Amino acid sequence: MDYYFGLAQTIGIHTLLGLSAYVLMLTGQLSLAQAGFFAIGAYTAGILTVLFQWTILPALVVGALVAGLFAFLVGFPALRVRGLMLVVATIAFSEFVRMFFFNVNWRETIDNVEVGPDSTQGFREIRFFSANGWETWEVALFVWFFVIAVMAGLWWMDRSRAGAVLRAVGEDELAAQSIGLNLTAVKVAAMTAGGVIAGIGGALYAHTATYIDHLTFTVLLATFAIAYPILGGLASVFGTLAAVVFIQGFLIEGLRFLGDWRNVLFGLLIILVMNLKPSGIFDARTALLLKRMFTVNRGKRGDA
Amino acid sequence: MLELRNLSKNFGGVRAVDKFTTTIEKGEIFGLIGPNGSGKSTIVNLICGVFPASEGAILLNGKDLGTMPPHRRLRAGIARTFQNIRLFGELTVWQNLWVARNSFEDVAGQGFLSRWFGSTKRVREEIDEMLEFANLADKGEELAGNLAFGEQRRLELARALATKPQILLLDEPAAGMNLEEVKDLDDRIRKLQDSGVTVFLVEHVMELVMGVADRIVVLNFGQKIAEGSPIEIQNDPVVQEAYLGAPEEAA
Repeated sequence: MDYYFGLAQTIGIHTLLGLSAYVLMLTGQLSLAQAGFFAIGAYTAGILTVLFQWTILPALVVGALVAGLFAFLVGFPALRVRGLMLVVATIAFSEFVRMFFFNVNWRETIDNVEVGPDSTQGFREIRFFSANGWETWEVALFVWFFVIAVMAGLWWMDRSRAGAVLRAVGEDELAAQSIGLNLTAVKVAAMTAGGVIAGIGGALYAHTATYIDHLTFTVLLATFAIAYPILGGLASVFGTLAAVVFIQGFLIEGLRFLGDWRNVLFGLLIILVMNLKPSGIFDARTALLLKRMFTVNRGKRGDA
Repeated sequence: MLELRNLSKNFGGVRAVDKFTTTIEKGEIFGLIGPNGSGKSTIVNLICGVFPASEGAILLNGKDLGTMPPHRRLRAGIARTFQNIRLFGELTVWQNLWVARNSFEDVAGQGFLSRWFGSTKRVREEIDEMLEFANLADKGEELAGNLAFGEQRRLELARALATKPQILLLDEPAAGMNLEEVKDLDDRIRKLQDSGVTVFLVEHVMELVMGVADRIVVLNFGQKIAEGSPIEIQNDPVVQEAYLGAPEEAA
């Protein structure tokens, strides 16, 4: 049973990672900085619970806020460029963060044990959950509390004016400017929200894995972050969740008997989706179609 | 109300607009015509701040707009439509109007949260009125990209109006329309004028611009070659030459 709770934790954390990229993708920006924000959240929260002996909740909140702060600061210069140049700039940021933590050596002796990030050796013994006797299912519940909170928040945001504003910028920047939208403000706001969400994911990851090192936060992780919304489409947050369940639950866990051949399937799948449904499996038109099938004369929109 | 002073724009070695000077009075319908490639759209883009002018100044109510970015120009009261329609096709018709509420009074009149997230009763009523004006009252839930061509043109006009502009720049709004639709657009532009909006109309379709404009400026190779009432313009030999070629060639 613990296997499934462990899988639920992984799916939850990757959903947060995917949603952090989803927010920014609504504005049409493809960012590979999410791995960097994820790492910042992971290391910050880990340092707080291990070296400062904080409890998990405040450590997670601070980790998320620090990640959000960096997203905000990086957003201004990074979002001045678009498309491929933004991808390159955000890869550079993720690598910068990774190399920073690769070099951090901050060891202290607590209860006769030396703990803390140990540069190349990684950051071991992030044992808040096991030290406090949390069961795997309790941890899974804790993770999913944040997943559901973030999904509900984004779901509501999507139905508010803010969602329409993000999508308007994503569709046509010139038209969005011409109706008075401040492109920089909108994109940086999305980047910051994405940073906070990735930070939550990272903080949870560090404590469920109990061990992190720089190799956890490579470009591959950032690629996963954008692969989920690409695969799931941008019509709603459930697309991202469905993509995570499909990739983590089916492709990676379910097809474990195929060994490393799974990776071939992963690449093949991305190519197939990009060719057959360029705007994701659940695009706006599909979503509207589904909505029409399940609602009867709901009346006028705008009561969101 | 809007003054263009010695406005010039170079693209590399090409001088798209050359020392263009004119003043648009409050409440008038101002027509800008000229052959293809004469610099009309460039002037619209300069006024909206899509790119900076190479020389000259644009003054709105006596204030130089300088290098003000497009979204702030909108708040100052300058709205536009595009030659090739640019709607948010994946948003609904209603949402297209919702995102456009960025006028100075809307921004100032709403708190941060309600501006970003909410829709008050007043906002909903105003948007419903806009839909009514655009004859799209029953299409609010439709995706903008699914509308017919004429409906898209009307929605784009309504979206520009939702920003509550003082001056509205229409970049070839009648392109691709049949005569009946042009007549309908003519009515709408007059209604705009009645409601106090100044209209800057760039147009190829002479039926529209000759009928509706109070004053017309003719542009050729980026320079103003004539200015006057529609009748004066129609009888101006310089204009006829620009459009039809010199008399000996035509003969």
